[in-house]
Amino acid sequence: MPNNKKELAVAALRNGTVIDRIPSPVLFQAVRLLGIEKLDRHVTIGNNLESAKLGTKGIIKVADTEFPESVLNRIALIAPTAVVNTIRDFEVVGKRRVELPDTITGIVKCGNPKCITNNEPMQTKFEVVGRDPIEIRCHYCNHTVAGKDAQIL
Amino acid sequence: MSSNSLVSISDITRDEILGLLERARYFEENPNSKILDGRVVATLFFEPSTRTRLSFETAVNRLGGRIIGFSDANSTSTSKGETLKDTIKMVANYVDLIVMRHHLEGAARYATEVTDVPIINAGDGANQHPSQTMLDLYSIYKTQGKLSDLTITMVGDLKYGRTVHSLLMALQYFNPTFNFIASKELQMPEEYKQFCREKGIKFTETTDFSEDVINRSDIIYMTRVQRERFTDIMEYERVKNLYTLHNSMLDNSKPTLKILHPLPRVNEIDRDVDDNPKAYYFEQARNGLFARQAIITRALGIDPLAK
Ligand SMILES: [Zn+2]
Repeated sequence: MPNNKKELAVAALRNGTVIDRIPSPVLFQAVRLLGIEKLDRHVTIGNNLESAKLGTKGIIKVADTEFPESVLNRIALIAPTAVVNTIRDFEVVGKRRVELPDTITGIVKCGNPKCITNNEPMQTKFEVVGRDPIEIRCHYCNHTVAGKDAQIL
Repeated sequence: MSSNSLVSISDITRDEILGLLERARYFEENPNSKILDGRVVATLFFEPSTRTRLSFETAVNRLGGRIIGFSDANSTSTSKGETLKDTIKMVANYVDLIVMRHHLEGAARYATEVTDVPIINAGDGANQHPSQTMLDLYSIYKTQGKLSDLTITMVGDLKYGRTVHSLLMALQYFNPTFNFIASKELQMPEEYKQFCREKGIKFTETTDFSEDVINRSDIIYMTRVQRERFTDIMEYERVKNLYTLHNSMLDNSKPTLKILHPLPRVNEIDRDVDDNPKAYYFEQARNGLFARQAIITRALGIDPLAK
C-alpha cells in the first residue's frame, strides 16, 4: 500500500478519520450511513479519484472525529474495500479495513413486499449467511439476497 | 422473548423434535385431560384459516384450557391501523400463550421480540408453519415406527410448497433419502438441494412420476399444483395431470408405504386412492391435534410425561 500522506493532506488533517478506497458509485450512500451529514466538524469528500485497485474511488475526511467500529462497519456491505485511517497529530496511527458484522441492523431494506419489516414501523435485521460472495438473509421472512443487490435504506 | 416459542421448525433441535413426538404420542393415547386448567390461550388469526384454527382450539379445549381471540383481522383494531406490536402487547396482558397466523412473512418472529409471552406460529404467509411440519413428522413416525433411514418422495409443487421445504429441513437429522418429482417450473429450489449436498443427504430429482420411484418409497408426500404458480398456462395444462396419483400406480409399492398430503387436495390424488390402506392423508390431519397439543404444552412449560 502506498504512503498516502500527500493525498491525505488535501485538507491537512491534524486529528480525525480518513475513510479511503470507497467505490465511487456508493460514496454518497456511505456518507449517509455514517451519519456524516449531521456532523458540524470539517468534512472533505472526494469522489472519482484515481485508484489502482478500484479504477476510481471516493474518500471521506472528517476532522476531530473518531467513529466507533460499529458505525464504520455499517458501510462494510456496500464498500467492503474501504480502509479507515485514524489520524492524530498529522500521523496515521491506525489503519484497518471495515468488517462485515454477522448481523446487519437497520441498513438494508428487505426485498420481499410481504415481509413484516415492510409493513410495520420497525428496524430491519439481516444475517450474513455467506461472505464470499456476500449473501444476507432477512431475520424475519428468510428472504435471501446477494450483498451486491441489497437495497440500502 | 420466550424460549418456548415456536416460530420455525429450524429453531428446534433433533432432541426437541423427538421430545415433541413423544408428547404427541402421549396425547394420542390421552387426548383429554385438565393439564391446561386455569390457562388462557389466544388464537390470533389475522388471516383466516379455519382448518388450522379449529385444530389449535380443539387442542386447547381438550386439555382444559380457555381460548380468546379472533378468526380474521377485520373484526379487530388491526383494521383500524393498529400495529402488530401494539396488538400483541395488548393481548399479552391477558394470556399465557399466543397462537398466531398472519399473512405477512416474519410476523411471528417479530411478535416474539415484543413480548415475553410464548408465541406459536400458525403460519406466516409463505414462510413457516411449524405445527404442520410436526404433524407431518408425527405421521411419518407413527406409520413407519421411526424417522430414520426412510425414502421420502415429494411430488407436485416443490418450488413454492413451504410444507415440503420445512419437512426437508426437519428430516435433516434422520438420514433420509429424498426423491423430488416435479415439472421443470416447480422443481425444488437450488438452495434446498445445496443444503442436502452440504449435509450429505441423498436425493434424486426427476420430472417423471414413475412406478419405479413409487416402489422404492416409504412415504409419498403429495402437494397441490396450482395454476397460478405457472407463468406459462400452456405448461400448466400440459403437466397438471402428470403429477396425479392413481390407485393403479400403487400395485407394486411397499406394503408399509403411506401417502401423505397437507390438504386440501384438488385433483393430485385421484379419489380411487382414498380406500387404499396406504392412503393416510385424512388420519394425517387428525394427527395435527396431537402434534399441536404437544407444541402447546411445550410452549407453556408443562410436561405431561413428568407426572
Ligand atoms: Zn424480510
